[in-house]
Amino acid sequence: MIVVGIDVGSKNIHVVVLRDGEVASRVAVPSGFEQEEAARSGLADAVAAAGVTHGDIEYVVATGVGRKAIPFVQHRVTEVAADAKGAFSLMPAVRTIIDVGADEARAIRVDAGGKVVDFAANEKCAAGAGAFVEAMSRALEVSLTRFGEISLESTETIPMNAQCTVFAESEVVSLIHSNTSLKDIAKAVHDAMAGRVSAMVRRAGLEEAVAIGGGVACNVGFVKALEETLDVRELHVLPDPEYLGAYGAALIAADLLVEREDRA
Amino acid sequence: MTEEKHEFWRWSERIWRADGIDWKEAGSITVGVDVGSVSSQAVVLTDGRLFAFCSTRTGSNSPDSAIKAVGGALQGTGMTIEDAQYVVGTGYGRVNVPFANRAITEIACHARGANFMAGSGVRTILDMGGQDCKVIRCDDKGKVLNFIMNDKCAAGTGRGMEVIADTLGVPIEDIGARSFEIDEEPAPVSNVCTVFAKSEATALLKAGWSVNRVLAAYCSAMAERVVSLIDRIGVEKDFFITGGIAKNVGVVRRIERKIGVEAVKLPAKSNLDPQIAGALGAALFAYALLRKEQKAGAAA
Repeated sequence: MIVVGIDVGSKNIHVVVLRDGEVASRVAVPSGFEQEEAARSGLADAVAAAGVTHGDIEYVVATGVGRKAIPFVQHRVTEVAADAKGAFSLMPAVRTIIDVGADEARAIRVDAGGKVVDFAANEKCAAGAGAFVEAMSRALEVSLTRFGEISLESTETIPMNAQCTVFAESEVVSLIHSNTSLKDIAKAVHDAMAGRVSAMVRRAGLEEAVAIGGGVACNVGFVKALEETLDVRELHVLPDPEYLGAYGAALIAADLLVEREDRA
Repeated sequence: MTEEKHEFWRWSERIWRADGIDWKEAGSITVGVDVGSVSSQAVVLTDGRLFAFCSTRTGSNSPDSAIKAVGGALQGTGMTIEDAQYVVGTGYGRVNVPFANRAITEIACHARGANFMAGSGVRTILDMGGQDCKVIRCDDKGKVLNFIMNDKCAAGTGRGMEVIADTLGVPIEDIGARSFEIDEEPAPVSNVCTVFAKSEATALLKAGWSVNRVLAAYCSAMAERVVSLIDRIGVEKDFFITGGIAKNVGVVRRIERKIGVEAVKLPAKSNLDPQIAGALGAALFAYALLRKEQKAGAAA
């Protein structure tokens, strides 16, 4: 049984191919301006990497903000459904799932059966999403990876006044002018964003175990800041966090395929 | 060869001086200085009448910006700041105006300045500054009755417009007029986040939209955002707009359409500039405070 999950995000498209429930391949491509084209090429790469052909694919499920832009799917699901499915399957003890992407963030609470109980999302403001940290690292001319790592070296707590990403950029520049070290600025930026994401998590309700997925979960500085702000025992980073949505979508595809075959 | 990087996002600096006033004959000289986040203004009054003003860029620190604005207004007049009998500072950097006798909030100053510029009929003022946006309700004396502001989010402030000017490489002065050079009004881009509006604008350009059409969608989004702020406090005529965006007809006209109220326009030959309203209000406060002091002095 070969099924595919495609997560069409604002910045990247993630594709996961499952063969009999196991990940056969995964591929990420930039979304660019032509999402359909990008998704097709991502799918082609993933299919090739899995060593199968297009004809072998039995079911495709899309998720993500651009899921409606791609026509070659059997079904579409919300990010909340895909994230919950993916995270619960990877970690059955999870009750709160946090997904922070480039332009959006979500917090989802699930019950002991993996069913979604409540969720909160931010898709309106860059300040609570990956775009915030990205803009700051760009202003400081540091790579995103380095920006996350270096903040771990800081023990200072510098509150940022600006909430808005655009205003925060100027604030970061003035911090440089006042000779604040890069590591302290990096920590201030991650703390600020963690504050906003944590407010969103509390709207959905916080219950341990807590796990995080999405591209921003790869940022060690942010994960540490969020763990401290949430004040939880541990914030678990899901394996291959940026593929969470695509993986969940692929699992849903497998379920739907079984359902369809049962009916037939 | 060095090539100077063109700055699209700032309004040009401006200096104005009244003809035929000899300041040495004046009974009083009062000054208002508005140190904003992006631009700073100084207004000089002689006997309560406009003598000179200067609008300049805010530098990295407030005291220097205040000195620069005052220096611009007084340049070549022979007057120095020591000749001023009363100075009021306002704006974001008001507490750091070195020679100020007093600091007054920009809300009060904008209301006062708008009352002077557009007449005592003004009841609602929209001030669209570099990093904030305020709606102020006032009485016939220019006294503030109520206000509401957004200083948390760049969308709906001058900063949001600067971002698009820079992204598209269109001088800020030209955005308004160009946003009407379109066949049909497009749907607005995101009105909640400047970061997202910017990426949307870039995507629309890639999709083949003309720059003018993107500007229209952007001006329209900004107008929407500002109107949501206006709606929270209500608009009563006369309605007047101050700050840099008052000079952007693309946003102004779209706001007027949405709220169904036209803003009072300064006469074409007017020397005033909607960007100086805060400094002008500060200078008027300085004049009133000076007279009060003089009266108290005379009585004692």
